[in-house]
Amino acid sequence: MSTLGAITQLLEIVCALLAAPAFLGWVNQCRAWLQNKRAPSVLQPYYGLRKLFHKDVVLAENASSLFRLAPYIVFGTMVAAAAIIPSMGTGLPLSMAADGIALVGLLATARVFLSLAAMDVGTAFGTLGARREMMVGFLAEPALLMVLFVAAMISKTTSLPLIAEGLTTRALGLYPSLAFTAVAFTMVLLAENARIPVDNPATHLELTMIHEAMLLEYSGRHLAMMEWAAALKLFNYACIGFALFIPWGTSTEASGPQGLLLAVPVLFAKLAVAGGGLALIETLSAKLRVFRAPEFLATAFLLAVLGLLVHLLLGD
Amino acid sequence: MSPLSFDLQLLNACAALLLLLSFSMLSQRRIVNLVNLLALQGALLCAATLLVAWRTGQGHLYLSAALTLALKVIGLPLLLHRLIRRLNVYWDAEPVINTSGTMLIGLLVVVFSFGLAQPISALASTATRSTLGIAIAVILLSFLTMITRRKAMSQVVAFLSMENGLFFGAMSATYGMPMVVELGVALDVLVAMLVLGVFFFQIREQFDSLDLHHLESLKEGE
Amino acid sequence: MEVLLLLGSPLLGALTLWAFGARSWAPGLNVLFSAATFAAACALTARVIASGPMVLAREQFLVDPFNVFLVTLTAFVGLTTSIFSRPYMRVEAEHGRVSPGRLRLYHSMYQLFTATMLIALTTNNLGLLWVAMEAATLSTVLLVTLYRTPASLEAGWKYFILCGVGIAQALFGTMLLYFAAERVLGAEGVTALLWTHLDAVKGQLEPTVLSLAFVFLLVGYGTKVGLAPLHNWLPDAHAEGPTPISAVLSGLLLNVAIYAVVRCKVLVEGSLRSALPSQMMMGFGLLSVVLAAFFLWRQRDIKRLFAYSSIEHMGIITFAFGMGGPVANFAALLHMTVHSLTKSAIFFAVGHAAQKAGSQLIENIRGLVTISPTIGWGLMLGSLAILGMPPFGVFASEFLILTTAMKQQPWATPLLLLALGVAFAAIFGKVQPMVFGETPMRRLPHPPALLPVFVHLALVLMLGLYVPPYLAGWYRDAARLIGGP
Repeated sequence: MSTLGAITQLLEIVCALLAAPAFLGWVNQCRAWLQNKRAPSVLQPYYGLRKLFHKDVVLAENASSLFRLAPYIVFGTMVAAAAIIPSMGTGLPLSMAADGIALVGLLATARVFLSLAAMDVGTAFGTLGARREMMVGFLAEPALLMVLFVAAMISKTTSLPLIAEGLTTRALGLYPSLAFTAVAFTMVLLAENARIPVDNPATHLELTMIHEAMLLEYSGRHLAMMEWAAALKLFNYACIGFALFIPWGTSTEASGPQGLLLAVPVLFAKLAVAGGGLALIETLSAKLRVFRAPEFLATAFLLAVLGLLVHLLLGD
Repeated sequence: MSPLSFDLQLLNACAALLLLLSFSMLSQRRIVNLVNLLALQGALLCAATLLVAWRTGQGHLYLSAALTLALKVIGLPLLLHRLIRRLNVYWDAEPVINTSGTMLIGLLVVVFSFGLAQPISALASTATRSTLGIAIAVILLSFLTMITRRKAMSQVVAFLSMENGLFFGAMSATYGMPMVVELGVALDVLVAMLVLGVFFFQIREQFDSLDLHHLESLKEGE
Repeated sequence: MEVLLLLGSPLLGALTLWAFGARSWAPGLNVLFSAATFAAACALTARVIASGPMVLAREQFLVDPFNVFLVTLTAFVGLTTSIFSRPYMRVEAEHGRVSPGRLRLYHSMYQLFTATMLIALTTNNLGLLWVAMEAATLSTVLLVTLYRTPASLEAGWKYFILCGVGIAQALFGTMLLYFAAERVLGAEGVTALLWTHLDAVKGQLEPTVLSLAFVFLLVGYGTKVGLAPLHNWLPDAHAEGPTPISAVLSGLLLNVAIYAVVRCKVLVEGSLRSALPSQMMMGFGLLSVVLAAFFLWRQRDIKRLFAYSSIEHMGIITFAFGMGGPVANFAALLHMTVHSLTKSAIFFAVGHAAQKAGSQLIENIRGLVTISPTIGWGLMLGSLAILGMPPFGVFASEFLILTTAMKQQPWATPLLLLALGVAFAAIFGKVQPMVFGETPMRRLPHPPALLPVFVHLALVLMLGLYVPPYLAGWYRDAARLIGGP
């Protein structure tokens, strides 16, 4: 294990932890601008987190230990996921431990614990949110896996750093299969992170919400952990997207410390653009009825499979 | 792996988009949009033909592309739009099988057609051979669209899209058919549309609707 | 020259009748153009007798023993049908079922339909063959819907869509054939769809591609032949269109479609050297025979009854071509001829009968002999002929096919016999009361003109007893050309 690798790894985790709320704040700010509203500060999520950490925790009487543990588990899995995604450099020591499929597994673990915790207290909304989350999840997960498969087939490996490296070294060209999967991935990202058109992160209108419904019983530092984890999840997804589709600018073993120095601003530039794009999509689309969400995700799955088939046939 | 030349990449992109369009047609229930998708498909076909013509320098392909442009991008969609306005059919009824089911069958169809194309592609000497599977898929998906629809108009659009798929197939396997044949086929398609126009008016005059469930009284064996 | 005349006459007829088709003398003009076409066909036949097969017009047209007799047959039945349609359509117009405008459409499309069939028969270019077949569908769709009744619209729609989809499969098959041929005949593609060139190199064509192509071609053109399970359009189109159209659809179009299938089969078999095309044709043929025979029982409409009978006979012909070999091919060609003549004669008689009874339902048509002996006996004799009673020609061809089947494909013989028996019982049981039963209808004041019926039946009778030597010579040549195991 090289020193550079260790530094990259450390930098990545720290960066993810610190930048995730800012990324969320940036998306919200862009969205406010696009909708001609007064934008909150980029730092707004940090203020929210600080406030929540200072508050006391109020627990339901019948809450089990699972309910108390869940925020830490969810947060932990998100940090672990951030550690194996090659957002800045590909020479990550930890990423040897887990490939793309394991990554999907990590994200699924978080989902399971979140849903279990939501049902733990036994309120109607928690259960409703958990059910909807599972409905979204069981369609989004295969789509995400398909997206990973296409990338894996193109670069003949399931390891994310190798996929990213493989793509940077290939000749520039048109890859219809990657284009299809990129669209599919974006759709999965929207669904998994409770964004419009599947869910609305800004509303607490009971009948339509998914993610917020699961967090209704949380308060204080637990809620803070959960919200931080949600921000991390969005950040992670964005980084997976970069690794799969636009990996240029990440540092490799060969590019040395200068590469790493360059990779940090490149990552932030990508995040800035992606955040803007995400805000644009959210502004332009209307929220779907909950029962249309499966159709939305089925389309994502279809696109991913089409990408796979097109790749198999055209052999690009 | 040697990268493909840029025009081939463009061609592959066209093929992939054609496949995507077929799936959009499969799920689209507004007939106006269906016709627009058909026009778009024609445009892609035209672009693909131009690309191949430019690549191989075959004069008759330019003609074929012009024919596609005139007939399938401009002529027929305009005709169909006029028909839709005059006949006032904008929506298709609920499809015979629900959308997700149709999509799943569609995916299987694509896999099947790729399998079908494999032995032929392996023999072809054209640079475009890999798109043959997509052409077959487009044909079969149009067929699927046809059997899952109830309105006469959607079936006709699917029929035309099948014709597009056939042309695309001819192009990817052999750089197009001889000119005489292509002209003949184009003429047939045009006449078919005119006949259909007449036909639609007859149907509506008779039933006040273009829904095909009126046309289900003749049963086998009676 | 003769070919030009042959194709030019109906095309010119279509144009002229488009202009004048509504006039009172239009039916006469229709007959005149059909007669001209028949004369050209005779001239062409004479030419072929004199100088053998030929390729014309930069190899785009081909006349050989296989198609020349079909050309003559097509022109002949076209002529007699136009003679029959003159009084028939006049009565229809008097009953107010067709307006003058529709008569114009009818006459013009009739000529166009003849032209497309003749092009399909004489072309040497498999692509043009496809184009002509599609054009034949298109020109008859509006004829099927001529009466604009709901049922006829439905029939027309089914006809259009099913044959359209089917023929699209055939185009794909043609494309695959072109693809295989291009690899052998060179990329410039001018000759790669010409049948004569393909025939010359059929041994070198890629077998995998050709077997796939044949599947598509058989399904595609087979839809037009009316092979089960793709036969759904056929009974409807026959029953709902005007009777002259039923006669030419059944008597001619189906033949042309079979002709297309057989032309393709020759190429594919030459390339494959396997039994796949034969087996497929035998399978589809047998299925059609059996299915049609059992559906015959359930028919209540006289025209649908004979439409199903057409499916049955197309099945027999396809089966015979599938068996292959000189005898079976000979029998199949003979059967094509006699079926075409007999079936159109039956439709002529049925047309008049239905017109007199004012209904196509079998239960409403009774005692034809008492109303009009000519119609009654015409229908009876026609039915007996189509059921394969000696001494009519159908007996001869079916007998040949059955004996060959016993020798080459013994497993199929019982099925064929069973189907023929069932068909016999069904048709005879339905036709007998129509002809001889009690009738409430009054005797007609004037006898109908049924000359075409009896001319056709006389020809069929003659073919049953004696096949003229030059015709037999053609059949043999054609049978050798088609080949088979």
